[in-house]
Amino acid sequence: MHSDQRAPIALKIAAGAGLLFLHLPILLIFVYAFTTEERSYQWPPPGLTTKWLAVTWNRPDIWEALALSVKVASISTLIALLLGTLCAAAVSRSKFFGREAISLMVILPIALPGIVTGIALRSAFNLADIPFSTWTIILGHATFCVVVVYNNAVARFRRSSASLIEASMDLGADGFQTLRYVVLPNIATALLAGGMLAFALSFDEVIVTTFTAGQQQTLPIWMLEELVRPRQRPVTNVVAMVVVLVTFLPILGAFYLTRDGDQIAGSGK
Amino acid sequence: MNGSDAAILPGRPGLLRRLADTLWRHPHLLLLLMLAPPVLWLGVIYLGSLFALLVQSFFSIDEFSGLINYEFTLKTYRELLIPANLDIIVRTVSMAAAVTLAAVVVAFPIAFYAARYARGKWKAAFYLGIMLPLWSSYLVKIYAWKLVLAREGILNWLFAKLHLTWLLEAYLSLPLIGGNSLSVSYTGTFLVFLYVWLPFMILPLQAALERVPGNLLEASADLGGSPRQTFRHVILPLALPGIIAGSIFTFSLTLGDYIIPQIIGSSRLFIGQAVYSHQGTAGNIPLAAAFAVVPIVIMGCYLWLAKRAGAFDAL
Repeated sequence: MHSDQRAPIALKIAAGAGLLFLHLPILLIFVYAFTTEERSYQWPPPGLTTKWLAVTWNRPDIWEALALSVKVASISTLIALLLGTLCAAAVSRSKFFGREAISLMVILPIALPGIVTGIALRSAFNLADIPFSTWTIILGHATFCVVVVYNNAVARFRRSSASLIEASMDLGADGFQTLRYVVLPNIATALLAGGMLAFALSFDEVIVTTFTAGQQQTLPIWMLEELVRPRQRPVTNVVAMVVVLVTFLPILGAFYLTRDGDQIAGSGK
Repeated sequence: MNGSDAAILPGRPGLLRRLADTLWRHPHLLLLLMLAPPVLWLGVIYLGSLFALLVQSFFSIDEFSGLINYEFTLKTYRELLIPANLDIIVRTVSMAAAVTLAAVVVAFPIAFYAARYARGKWKAAFYLGIMLPLWSSYLVKIYAWKLVLAREGILNWLFAKLHLTWLLEAYLSLPLIGGNSLSVSYTGTFLVFLYVWLPFMILPLQAALERVPGNLLEASADLGGSPRQTFRHVILPLALPGIIAGSIFTFSLTLGDYIIPQIIGSSRLFIGQAVYSHQGTAGNIPLAAAFAVVPIVIMGCYLWLAKRAGAFDAL
């Protein structure tokens, strides 16, 4: 649906106000990261300073939390890439009994409230006597990251044509060569985009993590403790700003990678 | 395939190539190999955990020893029905409904503009304008609202500058939606929920609106429909699957959240907080499990109704 008419002014205002509502609070964080006020959230800031950047840089606990978050997100993303791609390939290339059930099962971890996933994993670890470790966090994260990779890969598989694979086989390539030289290059950008989003999702996750982390601190858990009991407001402000900046990059990257998705070889029909 | 064996090249040497050939000749084996890892992972870890949760909700806790009594009973579910717990459920469901309705109202103009009028660069800008808030950190978004709603924060400052503090105070003195300040009132909780889940409503709504053919609107106008009538009788029914798809997210996410009401809101509990506190300090895992079953059941009914309304085509 598209119109060449000009939009009514009321619609423009409503849409613009909605977008402002979405963006202004985040922009506010950038101002607060430089405030000189330490004890309250005073607005307007009484003065501006960059000293909190240095203070935050020298905090070992934040570096540790960041390292754990990156580790968890990397491993979860790798697992999700493998499982999500396999599942997408199976679901999009063939019809079989239970296909609908499988796509429902992939979506379920993200369709059900996070707290359900969290407490379900927690009670399963309890029943099975599994102690909390980095791996229990990864187990939970990989489970809901699969769906992001799956969605991206399924969309790409649907658009790329099966005759490419047949052509490769006709030219004498075996299955692994076809995978290496035809299938993977075709889906590479979709996987990269899915992987980036999975990384962002895992890096940011807190609800499931609170149930599976035990005593460990990922960066979101560190943030959460600061939110519940603010003790070091300036440092939290800086961490919040850095997190915003860092999550923007994979999203912009994923956007540019999937934007030209229509120009894939073999998509023309 | 089997009938023309002669046309197939002789088997190639090398273990890997033989494997490749075998897989090509037995597509079912390949399918099985592809499906096994994801199905095992999700089936064992995820569905297994959900099952463990369900089982625990049928256990009960011994009031005197505080230990879990591993016997099948419906006692824990009966405990859900005492007024205090029923209040929590009603409160959470009403909040989820209010957030969903408000999200539709706020999301509609954005989705409509993006689908019908935005072009080229503006289209990309709208897309990123929705995706960036969607994907930026959940906790940072809540934190931003803590800054906005704080007593010494920007919102109170704005009201004071506009000489409207009296209006804010009159609003806060209202029963139910008011409170001591915005950050400890239901209004605050509501605003943050709305903010955090809004992009989840915009995206499916926009997808549904993109699919409305423009000539339908022209036809409606040609037949004498006023813009209001066109909206009511043409656009809204066609956008409904998108609205339902979006409401699945806003509803489900609000039902299961325990962090937003904990940080911004009154001290009255939501389902998520009840689950969290029962499994944590109280150690009453059966009751926590039973509480967690409530959103599953509500979402199950919701999804079933949504499927009947054809909402899944808009995802």
